[in-house]
Amino acid sequence: MTFSISPLGGRPPTPPRGAPDVRHQPGAHIAPDRDLAQTILYLDDVSVSFDGFRALNKLSFYLLPGELRAIIGPNGAGKTTMMDVITGKTRPDSGQVYFDGKVDLTRLDEAAIANLGIGRKFQKPTVLETQTVDDNLRLALKDKRGVYAALFSRTSATQAARLDELLTTIGLMEQRDTIAGLLSHGQKQWLEIGMLLAQEPQLLLVDEPAAGMTDAETEATATMLRAIAKDRSVVVVEHDMEFVRALEAKVTVLHEGSVLAEGSMEHVQVHPRVIEVYLGR
Amino acid sequence: MSLVSALPARRGRSGSLFFSTLGDTGGTILVAFLLLAAVLVPVLNALPTDSGLHIPNYLVSLFGKYLCFALLALSVDLIWGFAGILSLGHGAFFALGGYAMGMHLMREIGTRGVYGNATLPDFMVFLNWKELPWYWYGFDSFAFAALMAILVPGALAFVFGWFAFRSRVTGVYLSIITQALTFALMLAFFRNDFGFGGNNGLTDFKDIFGFSLQAKSTRASLFAASAIALALGYVLCRFLVSSRFGRVLIAVRDAESRTRFLGYRVEHYKLFAFVISAMLAGIAGALYVPQVGIINPREFAPANSIEVVIWVAVGGRGTLWGAALGAVLVNYGKTYFTGALPEAWLYVLGALFIGVTLFLPKGVGGTAKEWLGKLWPKVRASKPPLTPSPQAGVAE
Repeated sequence: MTFSISPLGGRPPTPPRGAPDVRHQPGAHIAPDRDLAQTILYLDDVSVSFDGFRALNKLSFYLLPGELRAIIGPNGAGKTTMMDVITGKTRPDSGQVYFDGKVDLTRLDEAAIANLGIGRKFQKPTVLETQTVDDNLRLALKDKRGVYAALFSRTSATQAARLDELLTTIGLMEQRDTIAGLLSHGQKQWLEIGMLLAQEPQLLLVDEPAAGMTDAETEATATMLRAIAKDRSVVVVEHDMEFVRALEAKVTVLHEGSVLAEGSMEHVQVHPRVIEVYLGR
Repeated sequence: MSLVSALPARRGRSGSLFFSTLGDTGGTILVAFLLLAAVLVPVLNALPTDSGLHIPNYLVSLFGKYLCFALLALSVDLIWGFAGILSLGHGAFFALGGYAMGMHLMREIGTRGVYGNATLPDFMVFLNWKELPWYWYGFDSFAFAALMAILVPGALAFVFGWFAFRSRVTGVYLSIITQALTFALMLAFFRNDFGFGGNNGLTDFKDIFGFSLQAKSTRASLFAASAIALALGYVLCRFLVSSRFGRVLIAVRDAESRTRFLGYRVEHYKLFAFVISAMLAGIAGALYVPQVGIINPREFAPANSIEVVIWVAVGGRGTLWGAALGAVLVNYGKTYFTGALPEAWLYVLGALFIGVTLFLPKGVGGTAKEWLGKLWPKVRASKPPLTPSPQAGVAE
């Protein structure tokens, strides 16, 4: 059985032509350009420190278009920080983060990154509590995001149809006029996933979608995510092993801010270091 | 939810612009009442004094003043109730609008001043100034002064908001710097060499458009103008909050970082609302000054701005019409108590704020809405409770 510690087997690719090389040692990597160009998400040598604590330690990670990936790791492994770096909430101290093989994410803010097509679901379900399910989705719907557009825009027939479609997907058609704050925990999680879908992202980052869900809800969520991953790339951070198994996806294990192991669930589970730092505890 | 009850809401969704211009029942009543008052009050004021329907002059001025405060409260509710920006310095924008109008009224005095100087206001002659400072140019024109009453508060709010929102200053910190802003302006305006009359401010106004400010008809007209301004201000705010822009503002209020991750530039939305709000406050100030006949640096006092927030809290944050109602109610109380028990007023105000926080956390407006909802459940079902929860306020 083989495990690659670095995602590309120790051969991280160079940044695209014309993109600024912001690595510590320019020219250190000699790999063909097409590697980066193939990825939807590409992190190389990313480090982030908070008050001396290394949340991410030379993390390298990549994801191919259409891939569904589960990320596991003990508390403090850097899972959420990694999401923060990708979505522009946290700037990395060093390293590169590229989206779609060409966009440098370290230079953009949250709104710009979201509009590129990266959607994020938070650990705690975060919906707009005082607004209806419908309004939640309407605000998330792919559309112009400027102030002027928002002042005079109206929901087109196409958008209305898209809303209906989304409501059916997430199973909240009956609750469309309900205030989101009144939904159950599981329904809120689904609404948030629906809001992500409404953004029509190419890449979805989902943080602990099954947290606090019943078994039936967990099952439904896994099915939903597998269906979603057919059209786009999805990264799921999760603690629940049953849920990760249900996803039937490649697993990346994070530990102390770097990738510890990568492979199928069966492979990862028997990896001695993984057992030591995570599963064995 | 059945199909039947879902239908009207969906119609509202597709035609939301028109449907929501007046908003809820409270808003419709407010606008109707204001337009009626704008016509009726001057007419009743013109009736002979012994007529039973006569409205005395002092009441016209008093309520004209209240309407200006209501517009100021409305402007605060737009940003506090819907965007979660608790400005404790909105009095500054009100006062700046007031000063712009005051400067025009000063120039209107002309040779009728104590020193009879055609160009220089009295206080400048007194300070031995020889010519009009450049920043007083143009204020002899009413149109210019009216424009400045809107643009100066707007520009200040733009610069202030640009830096504050871009740096992501929120919550208590933002409130504190808005206090600092109005305090700094107060100190500046207190200085004689600042060129705005120092401690005494601007006063002794004679007329506006050539009509004496003491004349009954002028006062009635100013009242009508204030009522119409408030009605228009309300319709504008209602338009803003019921568009998708308003939904985004509410999203910012309730979950700012979520809104960012949805791809909205939160700082642009906040800035736009803040600038509009400051302009409304400026208009309120410009209408206030001719009715009270004076503007001085005490209008910038931090306590004034805090009082405005109390009006909004009493009236009901996030209801718009409630804010206007709150301003009138509290100020009527103030007029009554400062007459009956002058020393007690501040205690009454404090007790009022505590009482409202404890017993009417949604204010008069929010509570009225709730009761209406209980009486006619249909109203509640079709109107989402967009008012913020009492917890989600000052702390965030």
